[in-house]
Order: sequence, then structure tokens, then C-alpha cells
Amino acid sequence: MSTNTANYRRWYVIGPPYLWLLVFFLIPFFIVFKLSLSDSAIAIPPYVPIFSWSTGIWNFLKQLDFENYTFLFSDPLYVNAYLSSLKIAAISTLLTLLVAYPMAYGMAKAPKAWQPTLMMLVILPFWTSFLIRIYAWIAILKPEGFLSLFLMKLGFISEPLQIMNTTTAVYIGIVYSYLPFMILPLYASLEKINPALLEAAQDLGSQPWRAFWQITFPLSLPGVLAGCLLVFIPAVGEFVIPDLLGGSDTLMIGKTLWSEFFSNRDWPLASAVAVILLLVLIIPIVLFQRQQEAVREAGR
Amino acid sequence: MNNRFSWFNATSLTFGFAFLYIPILLLVIFSFNESKLVTVWAGWSTKWYGSLLQNQSLKDAAWVTIRVAFVSATVATVLGTLAALALTRMGRFRGRTLFSGMIFAPLVMPDVITGLSLLLVFVALNIDRGIGTITLAHITFTMCYAAVVVQARLQDFDKSVEEAAMDLGATPVRTFFQVTLPIIAPSVVSAWLLAFTLSLDDLVIASFTTGPGATTLPMKIYSQVRLGVTPEINAISTILIGIVTFGVLCAAYFSRRQTQRAERERRLAFGATD
Repeated sequence: MSTNTANYRRWYVIGPPYLWLLVFFLIPFFIVFKLSLSDSAIAIPPYVPIFSWSTGIWNFLKQLDFENYTFLFSDPLYVNAYLSSLKIAAISTLLTLLVAYPMAYGMAKAPKAWQPTLMMLVILPFWTSFLIRIYAWIAILKPEGFLSLFLMKLGFISEPLQIMNTTTAVYIGIVYSYLPFMILPLYASLEKINPALLEAAQDLGSQPWRAFWQITFPLSLPGVLAGCLLVFIPAVGEFVIPDLLGGSDTLMIGKTLWSEFFSNRDWPLASAVAVILLLVLIIPIVLFQRQQEAVREAGR
Repeated sequence: MNNRFSWFNATSLTFGFAFLYIPILLLVIFSFNESKLVTVWAGWSTKWYGSLLQNQSLKDAAWVTIRVAFVSATVATVLGTLAALALTRMGRFRGRTLFSGMIFAPLVMPDVITGLSLLLVFVALNIDRGIGTITLAHITFTMCYAAVVVQARLQDFDKSVEEAAMDLGATPVRTFFQVTLPIIAPSVVSAWLLAFTLSLDDLVIASFTTGPGATTLPMKIYSQVRLGVTPEINAISTILIGIVTFGVLCAAYFSRRQTQRAERERRLAFGATD
């Protein structure tokens, strides 16, 4: 077989997934962008098409006014929703890291025979429905819920806690649902660390705490980065958690996009919200892809 | 990592797993509660499971969800396996960076963006919205997860067996079916299971891409949850948790048996030189 036919044949493998993703993943973004430039209308589908071949490119360019974008930036509601989403996502990513690190560290140090079982225990909740796990927290956090009842019985508090429908509840929800995404990359990088390095540090008189900060932690940084990106990026656009656990004062852009689309039926504005959100997230997403490629290259 | 498992490690694991599992356990236990109040215990009962069976719209939604998940997981696994082969076995090809970007980006892309953009494609292509469009949407995002799972297995197995098969005159297709596929089979099965559960769970993408008459179980649960916590939702959640747990445990059991067998065969094959 000549190299040319081999080259041609490998497109039987590459072609189908490539085409699929082009049509259903990449091209859609251009359609979203195009729609974000048009005006909404009471029709089915609810917008005025901005561009058709009959009007020609010149007319299209002439009437282009970026109206939806100027509206987004002039209304503080939207700007605040973006900023508060970034803040909530950043704080919850940090909290998730603080909860996940000791767990991943414990897993990596556990006897080898336990490790597959511990892995299993981390993965199992991740496979369980996201919606159901958030639902489970409503019964815990609401004023007459398990947490308040429990703490009142123990006498720590006399009044029910007001956590439900606050931003605190959103933090708890994000940490809880995204915890496995943080633990798994952390564990993968911690588990690979050569024990001889730590033994050498110890033999040379290093305190365990110092050995941790100077050897273990720096070597686990790829896992920290991967975990933080896996939590941060989807958390910025999260909808279910702020909708079910958050209150009316919890501004998150995923919720804004949802209500623009479903309640106000303003598709063009919802598209503009999505375009800006994507622009905000593009750097972390590219960083994530690079990091995954690096892991893949190292794996060969 | 060294193996001195300290008290600190044991404590952090205990608290961590308690945090992960207590909410789920409470939900499961209270699905068997006699009382309609979800947080007040009034004795064991399975009446909420009985009332589920009476609920026709819930059963319809479950059937829609299972059909979507089955079809989308199957197509996504095929496409995902091809994508994994493209990433690990095809060397450099034109547009490779874009390709790997399109595989990894959907893993972290917020659901609201994926949902909205898919809906607009369906509108642009004039496809009637309903079960079909939910299935197409689910294939798109679950195939990326499938690709990542299969790819992890493809890159850590010994490529020399594939090369040996080709040297002995097997065509690439035959090599794939007789050598590669049996080796990666457990990861293909877990890719399918992952795609299936992701499709089963999805609320946001399905809500955007659905049409009249196609309601999935998560959409049904979501609309009821917004009205408050009810023991009926606890019961349906418990059933779903039970199915997923059973599936994951089976997959883990088979994959462990498979690795043990592979290890044994490797020892037999290389025994003399080891």
C-alpha cells in the first residue's frame, strides 16, 4: 500500500467524528454570533433574520448596529451578572481545592490495595445525577431541613439557619457537585510522585511540613491546574445550582441566559450573552486544552 | 507517594466521604418515609414507589429518556472511539489542533452555551425539534467524554502488538478488530456507560433542544423540584441512583477481571524473559 492511499484511508477514521463536531460544535458558534447581531421579534422562531443572500452583504453591513451588545454593556444587571459569576466560580474553585486536596492526598497515601476502592467511592457520586444531588441539598439546607434540625437538637443554634436561597448555598452546591472533578486529577498527579524524593528529603533532615511544601505540592501543580480549570469553567456558566439553591440576589450569568431565552424569549439577546460568556472563558478553555494535550504527549 | 498513612489522612478521607455520601443517604432513606413531610420521619413505607407506578407522565418521560440515552450512547461510543484512534494512532494530520480542541472544549463548556448553540443549528437546518434533536445534541457532547475515556486506554497499551499484527500481514481494519478492540474493550464499555449516564442526567441541553411532546425525566424532575421537595421525587431519585450504582459496580468488576486476566497472559507470554 502506498503512503498516499494510507493517508487517504485514515480519513475514514478521522472524518466522521471531525465532521460531526464541525457541524454540531463549531459551526453552531458562528450561528450564535450571527443571531446575536439580529433583532428579536414576536414570531416563530422569535427573531428577524439579519442576513439573507437577497439583501446582499452591503445592506447587511449597513444595518449592523451591535444593538444587543451595547444593551448588555449599558445595563449594569448584565455586567454585574458576569462579574458575580466569575467571583462565585473563583471562590468555589478555591473552596473545592481546599476540600479536595487533603482527600486526594489521603487517597495517594492510602495502602495500594485500598486505592481502587477509594477511586470508586469518588467516582460513584460523579455518575449520579447532578440534578438529584443538588435536590438532596435542598432538604438539608432549608430552614426546617436536616442541618438546622440537627444543630438545634445539639443546642448549637436556637433559630433555624438561613442558608437556603443564599449565595452560601450556591458555594456548597458547587463544591459538592464538582468535588470529584478536582479530586481525580489531583490524585493522578500525587500518586505519581516518587516516594524516594520524600525519603531523601527526610534523610537530609527536612521537616515533613517543609518536605510537603517544597516537594509534594510543586509536583502536584499540574493536577491542581487541571482540577481548577475543570471546576472553574463550567461553574461560571452554571445554571441548575444557582437556580435551585441560590436566591433572587444570587446573580449568575447562566441563570440570566436561561431566563432571557425561556422567559423573555429574546433569542438574539440570549445569543449575545452566550458570545460574551464564551469570550470570557476562551482563555481558560485554551489553557485546559493545552494542558490535556501535554498530559497526552507525556503519556506516550 | 510513600505509604505512611497518617491520622490526618484518615480523618480527611472520613470527613470527605461523609460530605459526599450523607446527602445521598438521607435522600435514599427518606424515600421510604411514611410521612409526606420529607424531613420528619414517620416510619417505613414504600407507598411513594407505588404512587410512582401510577404516574403515567413520569413513566412516559422515563421511556423517552431511556431511548435517547441508549441511542446517543451507542452512536457517541462509535464516534468517540474513532476520535480516540484519530488522536492517538493517526500521527499529525491537517487540522489536528482544531480537532483536539473540539474534543476537549465540550468537556468544560457551560451547558447553557452548548444547549443554545445546538438549538440554533437545528433551527437553521430546519430540523423538527423533539426526541431526535435531543439525541443529536446528546451524541455531540457525550462523544467527547467517550473519546477521552478510550484515548486514555489506547495510549497506555503496548503498541508493538499492533505493529506485530501488521508485520504479519493483517490489514489495519483486521488489526483493529482482532487486536486493538479486544484490548480496549473494557474502556469502550465504560465509555458507553458514561455516555449513557450523562445523557440520562442532562437537564440543560435537553431543555434547549427539545420540542413539543418530548419531555425527559430530568426535565420532569426539575419542574417538580421547583415546586418543592416531595417524597415522590426522593423515590424516583433512589431508583436512578440504584441503577447507576449497579452499572458502575458491574463495570468496575468486569474491568478489574479483565486487567487481572491481561496481567496473567502477559506473565505467561513474557515469563521466560522477565
